[in-house]
Order: sequence, then structure tokens, then C-alpha cells
Amino acid sequence: MARVFMKGSEAVAEAAVRAGCRFFAGYPITPQNEVPEYFARRMPEVGGVFVQGESEVASVNMVYGAASAGTRSMTSSSSPGISLKSEGISYCASARIPMVYCNFQRGGPGVGAIQPAQMDYLQATKASGNGGFEMIVLAPSTVQEAVDMTYKAFDLADRDRNPVLILADGVIATVMEPVELPEMKSPEEVKAIKDGKKSWACIGHKIDYKNRAWIEPGQWKTEIQQKCNEECAALYESWKKDAEAELYQTEDAEIIITAYGISARIAKSAVDILRKQGVKVGLLRPITVHPFPFYAFDKIDFDKVKAFLDVEMSIPAQMIQDVDTAVRGRKPIETCLCSGGNIMSREAIIEKVLSMKEQEV
Amino acid sequence: METNLCVAGFGGQGVMTLGKFLATATCESTDKNVTFFPSYGAEQRGGTANCYVVISDDQIGAPLGDVMDDLIVMNGASLNKFLKTVKPNGRLFINSSIVDASEIDRTDLTVVSAPVTELALEMGNAKVLNVIMLGVYVGFTEVIDPEIVWATVEHKLSKKPKLLPLNRQAFEKGMEIGRAHKK
Repeated sequence: MARVFMKGSEAVAEAAVRAGCRFFAGYPITPQNEVPEYFARRMPEVGGVFVQGESEVASVNMVYGAASAGTRSMTSSSSPGISLKSEGISYCASARIPMVYCNFQRGGPGVGAIQPAQMDYLQATKASGNGGFEMIVLAPSTVQEAVDMTYKAFDLADRDRNPVLILADGVIATVMEPVELPEMKSPEEVKAIKDGKKSWACIGHKIDYKNRAWIEPGQWKTEIQQKCNEECAALYESWKKDAEAELYQTEDAEIIITAYGISARIAKSAVDILRKQGVKVGLLRPITVHPFPFYAFDKIDFDKVKAFLDVEMSIPAQMIQDVDTAVRGRKPIETCLCSGGNIMSREAIIEKVLSMKEQEV
Repeated sequence: METNLCVAGFGGQGVMTLGKFLATATCESTDKNVTFFPSYGAEQRGGTANCYVVISDDQIGAPLGDVMDDLIVMNGASLNKFLKTVKPNGRLFINSSIVDASEIDRTDLTVVSAPVTELALEMGNAKVLNVIMLGVYVGFTEVIDPEIVWATVEHKLSKKPKLLPLNRQAFEKGMEIGRAHKK
């Protein structure tokens, strides 16, 4: 397929349209304004609906409503906007409504910096709202991956009747790269997807109290709520099979870098440069950050590895908590961090790896 | 083989467009990997603007380098800000109309000067300075085939055909300067 040169935020929006997304509601925030802008232009062409809500809270609840009617629906925002959407996300998770949203992270906390960062890892993977719900969280490191993940996210959301989060950052939102776009789902396919949700979606049922569709983000009866929570827990447990990671040059590595998203991509190029200098360094990149790919650590030869280096655009480091759980104290974990909207420097990673190597000798 | 380029200038000088033309042309007509990354911040008209273009035969790591192979500066402030990022023996392209070459405190660089502000004004449209500089860069570096770059410019301007002759003139003037520096 021919490749096209696209900005990450626009490519994500196009991928969603091709996956059959026909409702988008959002509210502007840097660095992802091109997402709603693109949908505003594109949705009328495919018979979809774009709404710029009066706020993040309104937008996410419009998505909650549209998705409850069986339409593939999406919203997107950046860090502080995502916090505002957390109430609606929690409701979708509770009511088991499939929807997709994207966080193009910027510096935080609070309003933070508008430049790229990875400050929302713990929020994304542990608690994106109240009530202990979980989501599959995908972390793209290139525009192509952001496109492929967005396309796949709608299938995962429908499969599980649960929200799916794309955890990207300001670089992925604003960088332009060649991409191959996935196939456009036909109007028949889009309709079939919607029809497949008839058993639960609010699309007009016969007057039949028993079989009528209910969208319930909570229960009055404690035993029913507990049963719902148990069902969710079983769903989350089933995601172990969905965990995914990339292992790069790890077979003989003495130092293994752990990084996700844009940091991982920069770290990968650092690995290439260091390998040319004969340094035995590799990269473990979680592709799903939730479920976290603990399995990938079992593929590492701990007899060869001397140390791990966690690389994140977050201060303090956040993913290091999961890395720590995976490493279980067997080897030391060092960090290479930046934050506040500064983009990870390849030179800084190289320097840190070389200094780690030196200390051991 | 990887080439890192930073383009920097005032907002309004077409710095982003210059980078985007080059990157788009690379994507559309070669098998190479390419990224275009605009810096963004609380910028406003008259402030600084810069973007990064990476062209590579391999997968691209960082879409913005710590160390640049090539630097294009369209104003003096950008020279001060970015000169130190150019690698030893790197290439520097300056808008000599407003960038003072005597402020370049390095002797290792290959400097290509082009008075693009003046040349654009002579052509009757101050806005084409970026297309002249694009011609200079492509003419000197031959990073990709100049005709491919021109085809991209032509395509982007297809809705405004009236502007094509002027832009072609600007691009050719730039190429002429770029090629002359090569000799």
C-alpha cells in the first residue's frame, strides 16, 4: 500500500474513521488539537458525527451516550483534559461500554507544560478514574504504531465491552512520518458491527421489560454490584494473553533498557549506536503498558544481565514501579529521566549506559 | 546513512513549510524513512520557529537530534541559539541578508550563504525566501533529487497556479546558489 506523510494526531483520527468510528466528541487542548480538527472535516464525509463539546466532561459523556447506542465512538485529549474525562471513563467501564480514547501526554502535574512528556503512566495503567476498573492501554512509539493500535483498539473495546486507552505523547501527536493506513471498513461492515451490539445497546427495543437494554454505571443492590465487579475482575485477568512487548538485542545484553512510547524509540537508536561500539545493551519495550508484559522479563537471561536502565520522560519515574515488580530485586535498576516538556536525549542515554558499564569494570 | 536537519527562523518566514516540503518529497518519492517534527510552545507571530527533518535509510530513533548534521538559519537569533548543536565539520546555511556571518565563531563548518530576504524582495514577493533557501539546501546537499522536491512544491501549490512561476524562479535561483557553493 502507498505510504502517506501524515501528522500523528491526524493519522490516529483517520485510522479511527477507517475502523468504523462514527462519533467523536472532544474539546481543544495542545498538543492534540489536530485530532478534533481532522474529525470535524472528515466525519461529514463518512456520515459520522463530530461534536466539539462545551468541556471535556461534556465530550466524554457524549461519547458514553453514543457508544451506549452501539456506535464506535472516540474522544481524545491531553493530560489535564484526560483528568477531567476520568469520571466519564469510569462510567463507561462500570456500564461496560466499549469506547476508545487517546491521551497525548504533556508535562504535568496540573496544567503542566504543553510540550511532550510521559507523566501519566500510573494514572493510565492503575487508576484512570474511581472504582478500581482497568483498561487495556496501548503505547505507540511511532505514528505507524499509533495508527495500527487505534484501528485495533476498537476491536478490543468491542470484544471486552470496555474502554481502551491509547497512551501517546506530544511527539507522536505532532511529528509527521510516512504511514500505511489500514483498510477502510465499508458502510456494510460498520453497520454489521453496530448490529452486533443489539443485545445490549440502547437502539430501541420492543416493549418488553425483561429484554430491554439498560445502561447501568452502578447497582443499588450490593450483591449485584459485587457480581459485576467479579465479572470485571475475571475480564482483567483474561488480558494476560494480550500483554505485548518488544525485545530488542536482549539475548546477550548486560544492560537492558526499559522504556515505552517515544522514549523507547529514542532508546532503540541509542542501542544501535552503542552496539556499534561493542556495548552489550538491549531494550525491553512494553507495547501494552497495561496489561504490563511481565512475561517478557522471563525471556531475559538474568545470568548475563548486570543491570537495568529505566528510561522515561517523567520525573519521578513511574513505569519503574512495574519494572521493579518484574525484576524482583534480582538486579539493580538505574534511571535516565527528563521531564517538564523536555524530550529524551539519545546522548543522555548513551552517556548513562557507558557510565554504568564503567562502574562495573 | 542518516541526515539530521534543523531549520530555524522567525515565525512567518516559512520555516515549517520549508521543512515540510523537503520531508514530504522524501516520503512520496523515495524508500527512505523521514520525520518532520515542528517545535511548538507558547509561540506567537514574530517569535522564533524551528523544525527538525530527519532522513534515513534505517529506522529513525529520535525525530529531533541532539547533534545536527545540517542547520538552516533564517535570522540572527536562531544562529545564536542553534550554532552549538551542529556537529563538528557540519553544514550551515545562512540567510546572509539578516544573519551576520561574522558571528559564526566556529571554523570547522561549511558555510553556505544566500541573501534570501533580498533575493525574494527582488523577485517581488518577500514570502518566497523559504523556497529560495529550500533550493539552496537541495542544490548544495543533493539529499534528494531536486526535481522531486519541486514536484512536491508544485503539488502543494496546485490550488494557486498563479504562484507557480514565481516559486519556480525562486527554487531555481536557490539551486543555482547551492550548486555554485559546491564548486
